[in-house]
Amino acid sequence: MKLSNSKYLLSMAVIGAGLTLAGCGESDKTAADASKPAASTEVAAAAPAAGEEEKVLNIYNWSDYLAEDTIPNFEKETGIKVRYDIFDSNEILHAKMIAKNTGYDIVVPSSNWGKMQIDGGLIQKLDKSKLPNWKNLDPTVLAQLAQLDPGNEHLVDWLWSYTTVGINVDKVKTALGDMPMPENTWDLVFDPKYTSKLKSCGISMLDAPSEVFPIALRYVHKPEFSLVEADYKAAFDMLMKVRPDIKRFNSGGQIEDLASGNICVALGWAGDFNLARKRSIENKSEQHIEALVTKMGGYMFMDTMAIPADAKHPNNAHKFINYILEGKVHAGLTNAVTYANPNKAATPFVSDEIKNNKTIYLSDADVKNLIPPGNVDNATRRIETRLYTQFKTGT
Amino acid sequence: MNMLKNLFQGNKLVIGIPYGWFLLLVAIPLLIVMKISLSEMEATSVSNMISWTNGLPTLKLNFANYQFIFSDALYVKTYISSIKYALITTLICLAIGYPFAYFMARAPKHVQPTLLMLIMLPFWTSFLLRIYAWKTLLVSNGVINNVLMSLHVINAPLEMMNNSFSLTIGMVYSYLPFMILPLYANLSKLDLRYLEAAADLGTSPFKAFWLITVPLSKAGIIAGSMLVFIPAVGEFVIPELLGGPDTLMIGRVLWDEFFSNNDWPMAAAVAVVMIALILVPMAILNKAEAKLEEA
Repeated sequence: MKLSNSKYLLSMAVIGAGLTLAGCGESDKTAADASKPAASTEVAAAAPAAGEEEKVLNIYNWSDYLAEDTIPNFEKETGIKVRYDIFDSNEILHAKMIAKNTGYDIVVPSSNWGKMQIDGGLIQKLDKSKLPNWKNLDPTVLAQLAQLDPGNEHLVDWLWSYTTVGINVDKVKTALGDMPMPENTWDLVFDPKYTSKLKSCGISMLDAPSEVFPIALRYVHKPEFSLVEADYKAAFDMLMKVRPDIKRFNSGGQIEDLASGNICVALGWAGDFNLARKRSIENKSEQHIEALVTKMGGYMFMDTMAIPADAKHPNNAHKFINYILEGKVHAGLTNAVTYANPNKAATPFVSDEIKNNKTIYLSDADVKNLIPPGNVDNATRRIETRLYTQFKTGT
Repeated sequence: MNMLKNLFQGNKLVIGIPYGWFLLLVAIPLLIVMKISLSEMEATSVSNMISWTNGLPTLKLNFANYQFIFSDALYVKTYISSIKYALITTLICLAIGYPFAYFMARAPKHVQPTLLMLIMLPFWTSFLLRIYAWKTLLVSNGVINNVLMSLHVINAPLEMMNNSFSLTIGMVYSYLPFMILPLYANLSKLDLRYLEAAADLGTSPFKAFWLITVPLSKAGIIAGSMLVFIPAVGEFVIPELLGGPDTLMIGRVLWDEFFSNNDWPMAAAVAVVMIALILVPMAILNKAEAKLEEA
């Protein structure tokens, strides 16, 4: 008797936990549903003709990375029904790709992850004869991307941005006092002379070793994608000197932290800083946020469309890529999320405010200064992660 | 015929279900994880352990991952830190949960189901939402700081978020019901005549509590502590959302191995060692229970 009662309670506890889990699952699902375009329910019921693909396309893309009308217009134009799922980190996508059979026809890895997936044979070659809009692509961006994907055979840039320093202008001015802004903007986060002052209003750094190390390596005058452990140690030693001044490590929360004034300096994504700026202007908050373009150059990243090797609807995928490459459509993406697009034909459709923002539409010289997306081997990645963990814990 | 009849005897079938469950959902996955932990990672796949040369199978076991775990101080530190946080959580849960359960067990019989319901109620809300709610309470421009500042109790906001304080609060909050429920089950069956007898013989209430109630509730204490400690060691979500950059927890290291390093075998090895770490307290629990049953 004694036991059975406690067992009953235990099972209730377990059921409770089960409910919780079910709750989590449900909230995830509704979140995903909400992000799906409403029009996806209007199924075009065209029966596939012989030899033709069924009119379905499964897309896996980043969250908050789309204009409201992008998908509905595509569905209207082609009669292809789109199922649109979202992720929030390359790591998650990569794990799915390795496990294979993702069920997706288009995935959007960052180009350096895309390269690993190409090398592993997980991504198929593009058929450019099906992409008449390819001609719209900016040769500068194509050349940058070709360093990872020679001949641009697999990856098509969706949008791009770069890792840089973002600041809350007034707070930084107050914290620095009589000190002028450094000539090399990176000093704001890498030089103890500055960080020790900025500490008072809060410094945040990306929680992403693979994006911080290329910059840190360049800062200590080492090759950005070095395979030499000693180079990483040198960058690590430099980072450790500013560690006591860093308040936070996160990737997703910087927009909110900056917009709410919780931090005043961040090493993060230029696109996010501009979103934070947009938000604080919309909310009429007093925080004046700016992305900075550094002379030394930030780390360029491109999120690229790719077709998994085992995609079931490669033809529809090509149609979708070609649709995105239309100037108007690509411009729509940029207008919605303040990230730059690689599309020359899109520029006339981009809103003036974004076009004239020199931190979104960089000058050609500034683009050349950026560290192009690169990649290191698994062993080096392990060193990066290991040192970054040590850096974060500060021991 | 006879054997077949034996096989389908009801009692064996009934016993077979939990055994089958165990085999299918615990033993086999665990073996797969162990297998992966002894392989090597290639660029985008896990290597095959068995290769065929001239029709002969060659078995290649890679123990390097386990060696690495014990040679790199990070892992040892992380295991110790995880156990430390799990222990702190367990002790605080016990300190809060015991009086809580005691009060529930002594409450009038007709109130008890309501109290029990109140303990279970938070489970009806998503676990993630409840952890996020703590975030809004603890951040520097959050509810607690704003109230304290407007009352002029403090001048600058307290740093309560993304450190071991917020982590401990989140863990204790989430696991407290798992401590209270088994303790309540145990304490509510305590025979009050023992305490009456003790009082008759002149024992002070506190001494009676210490000498009678606590020893008799030992089974509840052990069960509750295990229910809190074991999941707390491997906790990932709470440290991810409420922990700071310097809080090392094995769940996060595992995530790093699996996703950031893209090293599945290493992640599997870290998991196997963690399971071993959890099995030790389980074994202790089992022994303690067996002893209690004998007594």
